Amino acid sequence: MKQNLYNYILGIADNSLILGQRMGALTGHGPSLETDIACTNISLDLFGQVRSYYQYAAKVAGDKRTEDDIAMLRHEREYLNVLLVEQPDTDFAYTMGRQFLFDVYHFLFLTELQKSKDLTLSAIATKSLKEVSYHQRFSTDWIKRLGDGTEESNKRMQTAIDDLWTYTDELFHQTDADKEMVAEGIGVDVTTLKEAYYQKVADVLQESTLTIPESKYFQKGGKQGIHTEHMGYLLAELQYMQRAYPNMEW
Amino acid sequence: MSEEQIKYLEKQFEERIARDEKIEPKDWMPEKYRKTHIRQISQHAHSEVVGMLPEGNWITRAPSLRRKVALLAKVQDEAGHGLYLYSACETLGISRDELYEQLHSGKAKYSSIFNYPTITWADMGAIGWLVDGAAIINQVPLCNTSFGPYARAMVRVCKEESFHQRQGYEIMLKLSNGTPEQKDMAQDALNRWWWPSLMMLGPTDAESVHTEQSMKWKLKRKSNDDLRQQFIDQTVPQADILGLSIPDPDLKWNEEKGSYDFGEIDWDEFWQVVKGHGPMNKERMKARVGAWERGEWVRDAAMAYAEKQQERKEKQVV
Amino acid sequence: MILESTNNNQQSTINNNMSKTKNWPLWEIFVRSKNGLEHRHFGSLHAADADMALENARDVYTRRNEGVSIWVVESKNITASNPEHNGEMFEPAQDKVYRHPTFYELPDEVKHM
Repeated sequence: MKQNLYNYILGIADNSLILGQRMGALTGHGPSLETDIACTNISLDLFGQVRSYYQYAAKVAGDKRTEDDIAMLRHEREYLNVLLVEQPDTDFAYTMGRQFLFDVYHFLFLTELQKSKDLTLSAIATKSLKEVSYHQRFSTDWIKRLGDGTEESNKRMQTAIDDLWTYTDELFHQTDADKEMVAEGIGVDVTTLKEAYYQKVADVLQESTLTIPESKYFQKGGKQGIHTEHMGYLLAELQYMQRAYPNMEW
Repeated sequence: MSEEQIKYLEKQFEERIARDEKIEPKDWMPEKYRKTHIRQISQHAHSEVVGMLPEGNWITRAPSLRRKVALLAKVQDEAGHGLYLYSACETLGISRDELYEQLHSGKAKYSSIFNYPTITWADMGAIGWLVDGAAIINQVPLCNTSFGPYARAMVRVCKEESFHQRQGYEIMLKLSNGTPEQKDMAQDALNRWWWPSLMMLGPTDAESVHTEQSMKWKLKRKSNDDLRQQFIDQTVPQADILGLSIPDPDLKWNEEKGSYDFGEIDWDEFWQVVKGHGPMNKERMKARVGAWERGEWVRDAAMAYAEKQQERKEKQVV
Repeated sequence: MILESTNNNQQSTINNNMSKTKNWPLWEIFVRSKNGLEHRHFGSLHAADADMALENARDVYTRRNEGVSIWVVESKNITASNPEHNGEMFEPAQDKVYRHPTFYELPDEVKHM
């Protein structure tokens, strides 16, 4: 099996899986019915992407594993998502902050992934890019509303951005699989996205009357499967049925 | 307006409905018609929105990705249906916020079935199959109800709802054909949801207060007991296909009637849940009120931002 | 679905600057199902501003691929005719039969006109 390609696909897909799981959990608990419906749509888009990626990964693996095995039957240390997407929904500002900080990256990443020599990945990227363009628009609008809304919303939005900021740098770390895939013309060199990312984020924060955090201390580890304490609980729910009732069809 | 005039208008109004004409929001209508419609449409909307909670409870734990997206889409549809119905209700001159207030204060009712807990994955199957099945029986006739906005909302709801029951039944089918453990799970869910589903079609005709008036206004086409019979007759063969047994020892085919006889419904339980003492009444309300209160600063922020933007635009023009 | 009385109440609340009770206003949503068809009234929803109304409309009313174009109009900006005036508004058009092709008699030999 092409281990690097396999790991590379998971590295992309796991982000969508964990973010989709977070967003999906909010269904029925949003600030308005309309917002609720919109957030569920984002979750559905992400799970749609996840399924395409994992189905491809299952093919690459070439054994009996299925998309669900990959999604639900790995140990925590084997999930390769960035720490950012597993952060909890402390309030709606964290939800939108997490979404925004990921969307800006996701958009830049998929734009490049479209050029991949791997035709499956490039096709998934092209399809996902339309969805993610909308996510980015949606979360950007909310950052502006909350940042430039009321005094309270500004404070909450700033707190969320300050807290989540520490997880942004990891988006641009290269893994071993990354390096191999870049060399083969399949993967995206994420280090090249960094400047455009922070520029875009800074522009939006500024327009939203928010302060760009100055902290230079960043957290990392997700890409190596070393997660925050939130991850175990998230996986406990995600995997509950597959673990409690192994080897069954649903 | 004199009493005589009102009587005349009322007579004309009833004749229009009898001729199958639709009533639109700005048309003259008897106060009672307005109030009854606000009550029924909002109850219906509340049921959709509270109904998101028991199924939403399993979104993070759905056993496969395919099931997860289907469940997400279904719960999202319920939000949509709540929204369509609140909008229909708003045409009668009451705001969504007032309707929420009625729900949150406990003044408004919603379908009691959502006060039962969803404790296993099979409950997602049973709810889709039985609860949505019963809901469809209730809802399809409403596509022809007399109040235009309600009828239009229901057309949309029914069109979208058609996948919900199939989804539920498919879940049950998979479980029934699965391992013994899965089959037990399915049977257990059927055991717990069967009677509440029958109760969902409303109290017996003898106890139902609104039926006659509702029939005239086409808010109802058949009596509760007739609907219940229809539901049982269509559901029993579906249970047979699943190889599951309906938890009613008195259930048997009545050749003469051409339908099933069934056992006594525990109406004490029904009224207990209606009165707020079901297993999940308090939790459901806490979840709804909590979401609304946690969302307040968000909604306020969006309004404040919109006003600022408007002011900026106006300044630019000057 | 146009809201009348309550909308006016909301208006006055906004003017009073009572920030705590400001609710998102109601918008009417029109969707073009596919090019070649007109925009049709699909329903309504709440949103703080026009951009949000568009986004919400996209998520609420076109999630089953129902549309290619959306219009949003804040409900209070719609002026509706009063059904009490339906007699004078619409009935005079009923007897103007000469506006319809069937009013004119032609010999059977003339086909397709």
